[in-house]
Amino acid sequence: MGTVAVQELKQKQAEQEALITGAEAIAVACKLADVDVVTAYPIRPYDTVVQYISQLVADGEMDCEYIAAEGEHSQFEIVKHASMCGARVFCGSSGVGWMYAMECLTVTPALRVPMVAMVGNRALDDPGAFGVEHNDALSVRDLGWNLIWVDSAQECLDTALLAYRIAEDRRMMVPVAISCDGSFLTHSQALVKIPTAEQVKRFLPRYDRGELLLHPDNVISIAPQCNEDWVMEIRRSNYAVTERALDVIGECYADFEQVFGRKIGNPFFEEYMTEDAEVVLVGMGTLSTPARVAIRKMREEGRKVGFVRLRWFRPFPAEALAKCLRRFKAIGVVDRDYSLGSPYLSGVLATEIRTALYPGSGPKPPVLGFICGLGGREVLVPDIEKMTGFVSQAAAGESVPLTQWIGLRE
Amino acid sequence: MGQLFAVEIIYRGVFQKILAKNICRGIVLAAHHEGKPGLSFGRYSDSPERNGIPAKSYAIVATDEQTLEAGMAQYSPKQVDITVVLDDTLCKGLESWAWMGLQAVNRFLKPNATLAVISNESVPTLLQWIHVKDQPYRLGALPGLASFSGMWNFKDDHTDVRVLGVIAKAVPQLFSFASLEKYITTKVKDGAAKLPSAQLAYERFHPVEVRVGLGNPEPLREYTQPKWAQMREGTSIPGMAQGGPIIDPVTGVEGGHRPLRSEKFLKFATRTLRPVTNFDTCTKCTLCWLNCPDASFDVTPDGLYDTNLEACSGCGICEEICPAPNCITMVSEHQFSDNASQWAAFKQDPNAYQAWVAAKSAAAVPLGERSHGYRYKGQYQEQIPAALAVANKG
Repeated sequence: MGTVAVQELKQKQAEQEALITGAEAIAVACKLADVDVVTAYPIRPYDTVVQYISQLVADGEMDCEYIAAEGEHSQFEIVKHASMCGARVFCGSSGVGWMYAMECLTVTPALRVPMVAMVGNRALDDPGAFGVEHNDALSVRDLGWNLIWVDSAQECLDTALLAYRIAEDRRMMVPVAISCDGSFLTHSQALVKIPTAEQVKRFLPRYDRGELLLHPDNVISIAPQCNEDWVMEIRRSNYAVTERALDVIGECYADFEQVFGRKIGNPFFEEYMTEDAEVVLVGMGTLSTPARVAIRKMREEGRKVGFVRLRWFRPFPAEALAKCLRRFKAIGVVDRDYSLGSPYLSGVLATEIRTALYPGSGPKPPVLGFICGLGGREVLVPDIEKMTGFVSQAAAGESVPLTQWIGLRE
Repeated sequence: MGQLFAVEIIYRGVFQKILAKNICRGIVLAAHHEGKPGLSFGRYSDSPERNGIPAKSYAIVATDEQTLEAGMAQYSPKQVDITVVLDDTLCKGLESWAWMGLQAVNRFLKPNATLAVISNESVPTLLQWIHVKDQPYRLGALPGLASFSGMWNFKDDHTDVRVLGVIAKAVPQLFSFASLEKYITTKVKDGAAKLPSAQLAYERFHPVEVRVGLGNPEPLREYTQPKWAQMREGTSIPGMAQGGPIIDPVTGVEGGHRPLRSEKFLKFATRTLRPVTNFDTCTKCTLCWLNCPDASFDVTPDGLYDTNLEACSGCGICEEICPAPNCITMVSEHQFSDNASQWAAFKQDPNAYQAWVAAKSAAAVPLGERSHGYRYKGQYQEQIPAALAVANKG
């Protein structure tokens, strides 16, 4: 056995397994990434991550500045400044907590501050509710945040490590928010493989802001007041990040697979039983669970159906996703969000996917929008079957409403 | 498809939250020794930080990943192989939120599945509280007091491993005792010392069959949720109107005041102890009525204050605030099987009522010495040797 192989074997053996929630998996990633500053302000369901980090700190397993802020606004301001001073930072929130930090969320990407935040997706008030809805994280979709949705505790851990690598890449220097569906990921414990500190060290270089570091030895001033003579050029510079983002993310995933020896494949979206599918549903987050179960069931009945789970919403992988989706006769987009007054009164994702399909000369299959699972309403196997049924009707040329609510009492 | 197993742990927030979580983790890790994948989670719609609130934790385990995934596709299992009740007073019913109505502890059991209750009460007593089910099931008591092990300080009375022993006995296809033993000796703190407790619980748990029709016949409250177009706009809900006078059951005199209360949302499921009022010592000072956070006192035509025991959540503020000696005494919920009006009983037969008050109050732990419901401060610590003795006897 060669040296490298022996080394890898040892690493595999050193890898541990733990029964933890998705939120706890992100806390473990923060420990492995040796995060310097964590700010906390409790709101369910995100708060499980900071509860676990505080336990790791109290147990002496993790060494960081753990700051209990007096609100989400301060929470995000503190990490923003710490990151500008060269600290690797972690933060997060849920629902209206995230909205209360909106001013800070706006300036963070504008100032090119890398940060990893966990959004425990939660319905926006009112009514007060704990359940998942994606509108909280989606509210920053135009501001330069990178947004990813995950669907398992393992993916939480892996993505948090990837997020630091991506956010701190000198070509990026922008924040990443990892969206975890409240309950399904934040409060459910599953067995997760935990990589070794050595592996993480190999994958994740030191955070280096270079000439952007706020430090007495590097005299710079950040965020001056300016007028119409300057704003467009500043915006264009940040826009350039989004032009590079897809390539950088692709590189980071390739490296991840090499270092950790785990295959992820396409970083941007995951296809399930799509090879010969005629119709597909597209969605984000944990609705992939009932979707996979329903797809298997429908496949047994001989129906050619599949599911595409989008991970990265920002940057939006428009070209690749359009290329993928043009293969199908019709597409159903499952939105766990609402966008009141939007084109065809669809959810956010349906509108984005229609936009992605519009340019180019390829086929433009009909795109149906479904709004479901709001406020944590369960999306069940029969719901998925029902939606797929509508998509099949559209594929057969029947007229089907462009937007429908599924799982509603009506 | 393989086989899917679901376990439901019913507990009282907030003191039993960690205990319930530890049990569910144990289930998943014990089953993992048999190569079965699993997940453990709390019922997400719960708010288990509220003192006394009925809450649930779950473990689901399957014989393969795909079957597990099918089980994960819903928030909470609707068909369980075993339900464990960590506080026997919960057998009177669960009302975690208004819109859930009052639910029976045996509601989600598969036919012939097991209901295990930690209790020093007999099965017939428990069946006075547990509602009738339309399918047969098995009921067994695991001797012991409602445990708080795991809150703040880990006051370990072996309840976690004893419950796991019961589960291994009741659902052997989920995990064998050998797998449980592996889990306890490798993953549980002081596992070697705790193993005999699990072993005895395993050996001596003998549930009995409960036939259809046996149990508390009182109807459960169901709540039909309206369609979206039937609801008020603006995230608003109707409030409660004013109440009115009540009638003395003996004299027929009308007077006093009973506030209108929701017929859908009662609060007694949260209660582990209830006020017993000696109306003879009441000075009519109004303090209990003014300070009750649940507005659960009715003003009677004769100016007394009668606890509405469907609305009372058992917080004990009335007893604390009452300036009259021997007037309001909080008594363990174990002593009662109904929510009838104490004032009505007092009016019917004052002497019989006096004797009843004396009998009920005799068992009460005095205010000031009490902690976490009907216990006194330090009682839990004191009881650990006795609890361990019970654990060792099985």
